[in-house]
Amino acid sequence: MNALWIIAKRELAGYFNSPVAYVFLVIFLLVAGFLTFTAGAFFERGEAGLGAFFGWHPWLYLVLVPAVGMRLWSEERRAGTIELLLTLPVTTWQAILGKFLASWLFLALALALTFPVVLTVNVLGEPDNGAIVAGYVGSLFLAGAYLALTCMTSALTRNQVVAFILAVVLCLFLILAGFNPVTDLLVRWASPAVVDTVAAFSVVTHFDGFQKGVLDTRDLLFFVSVIGFALFATGVIIRSHRAG
Amino acid sequence: MIRIENLVKTFGTKRAVDGVSFTVERGEVVGFLGPNGSGKSTTMRMITGFYPPTSGSVTVGGHDVAESPLDAKRLIGYLPESAAAYPEMTVESFLTFAAAMRGLKGEAQKKAIARVVERCFLSSVRRQSIDTLSKGYKHRTCLAQALIHDPEVLVLDEPTDGLDPNQKHEVRNLIRELGRSKAVIFSTHILEEVDAACTRAIIIDRGRIVAQGTPAELRAMSATAGAVTLEAQGATAEKLSALGRVESLDGVFRIYPRDASQAAVLAAAIIELVSREGWKVRGMFSERGELDEVFRRITLPDTVKQ
Repeated sequence: MNALWIIAKRELAGYFNSPVAYVFLVIFLLVAGFLTFTAGAFFERGEAGLGAFFGWHPWLYLVLVPAVGMRLWSEERRAGTIELLLTLPVTTWQAILGKFLASWLFLALALALTFPVVLTVNVLGEPDNGAIVAGYVGSLFLAGAYLALTCMTSALTRNQVVAFILAVVLCLFLILAGFNPVTDLLVRWASPAVVDTVAAFSVVTHFDGFQKGVLDTRDLLFFVSVIGFALFATGVIIRSHRAG
Repeated sequence: MIRIENLVKTFGTKRAVDGVSFTVERGEVVGFLGPNGSGKSTTMRMITGFYPPTSGSVTVGGHDVAESPLDAKRLIGYLPESAAAYPEMTVESFLTFAAAMRGLKGEAQKKAIARVVERCFLSSVRRQSIDTLSKGYKHRTCLAQALIHDPEVLVLDEPTDGLDPNQKHEVRNLIRELGRSKAVIFSTHILEEVDAACTRAIIIDRGRIVAQGTPAELRAMSATAGAVTLEAQGATAEKLSALGRVESLDGVFRIYPRDASQAAVLAAAIIELVSREGWKVRGMFSERGELDEVFRRITLPDTVKQ
C-alpha cells in the first residue's frame, strides 16, 4: 500500500479513536438541520429543491471545517510526532496529501449523512436531482477549500486554537469577498476591475453555480486552485520550519 | 554506513553544528556525547533527514540524505529525542502503522511486530493506548518502532532517557547486541553508558567535535589516568616523591607519573619501594582515569555560554 494511503488511514482512524468524530458528526447534522428547516424555512418556501440546505454551507463550514482540520499539523508539531513521521520513508507531499485526504473523507462522510434531507425533498415533491448532486459536489469542494486553508494555518503553529482562529479568518475573507455589503462598500472607492477581482475570490460566487445545478469548470478550477495553493503553502511552511 | 562530511547547521545567527565530520561503520556503536545544546540532536536530525543541512553532506549506506532521502531513510531506524508516538493509538496499532510505512505486510508484518514487542518488553501493554503508558513504556514503544524493519543503521537520541536503572541496563545490552551487526549511533549525557555500550565515543561541544576515541583512550586523557593511590602504614610523602608528584590526604597518597612512559612501571616501582621500606599496605590501586573529568575539562557547561 502506498505511504500516502497508510498515512490517510491512520489519520482517519484517529478521528474515530477519540470522541471528536462522533461529537462533530452530531453537531454538524444538528446545525445543518436547524439552518435548513428553521432558519432556512425549508417547508415554508414551497420549493422542491435544496437551496435552503446548500445556501448555508459556506457559513456552516466556516466554523466546523477549521475544527476538523486544526489538529492536522499543529498537533504533530506539539507532540513531536512530526519528526517521526517525516523521518519515515515518505515525502513531505505524501504526508500533506495523506492527512488532507483523511480529513476530507471525514467531511465527505459527514456530508453523506445529510441524505435524509434529499429523501425528504423527494418525498414532498419532484426536485431536480441533478442539481442536488451538483450541489453536493460543490459543497464537498467548498469544504475541501476551507480544509486546505486550515491545513496551512495548522502548519503555522503548535497551538490548535491559533490554527482554528486563523483558518476561520481566512475562510471568512473568502466568503465576504463576494458578499453584497462588502462589494457595495468597495464600489465606492475602487475601480470595477478591482471589485470584480476581489469578488472573484469569493467562495459564495463560485458555490452559487453548483447550487443551481451548473457544473462550471471555472468554478471547479477555482476550488481546485485554492486547495492546490493552500497545500503547496503548507509544504513550504513545513519545509521552512526544518530549514531553520 | 554513516558518513558525515563538514556538516553545518545554522539557526539564524547561531551555528548549532559547526563543521562536524565522522563515520560510523557496521559493527560499531558510537556514543555521541556532549552537554545540552551542544548540537547532538541537530546532528542526528540531519542524519535522519529531518533537518536539511546548511552545508556539508550526510551519506547513509551510500545514499546522500539530501539527494535521495527515501533510499537513505529506508535504511535508518530512528528514535527521536522526544520519543514521540501518537498518543491516541494503541501500542499494537502504532507498531502496525510503523511496519506498514516500512513496507511490511501480512505475515512479515506480524512477525516484525512480535519480534520488537518481545525485544522491547512491551507484551503486557500491547493493547493499551499510548497516552496511558508510563514514560518508560512510551520510550520503549518508540524504540520498538525504530527496530521494526530491522534497519542496518540505528540513530538513537538519548535512548535511556527517563528509564529506570533496570530498563537502562536492558536497553544498553540491546544496543550493544544490535551493534554487532549494525551501525549504531546514540547520544547520551550519561558517561557510564559510554563504558557500558560503546565501541567508540565522540564528544561534541558548541557544534564541534572536541574529542573522540575508544572509552579507554578518552579516559587516558584524564589528569588522574595512570596515577596510583596508596594507603599504607608508615608511608611518607618524602619517600614517595622520588617516584612522582605526590598528593596526600589523611594518610592516603596519590602518586602521579611524570610522563606516559613512566605510567606503565609506576605501580611496580611503588611495590618495590613498599617492600623495601616494610610499609604495611592497606590498599593500593591504579587509576584508570575518569570520563566525567575528561568531559568537564573539554566541554563548557551551557550555563557558562555567552
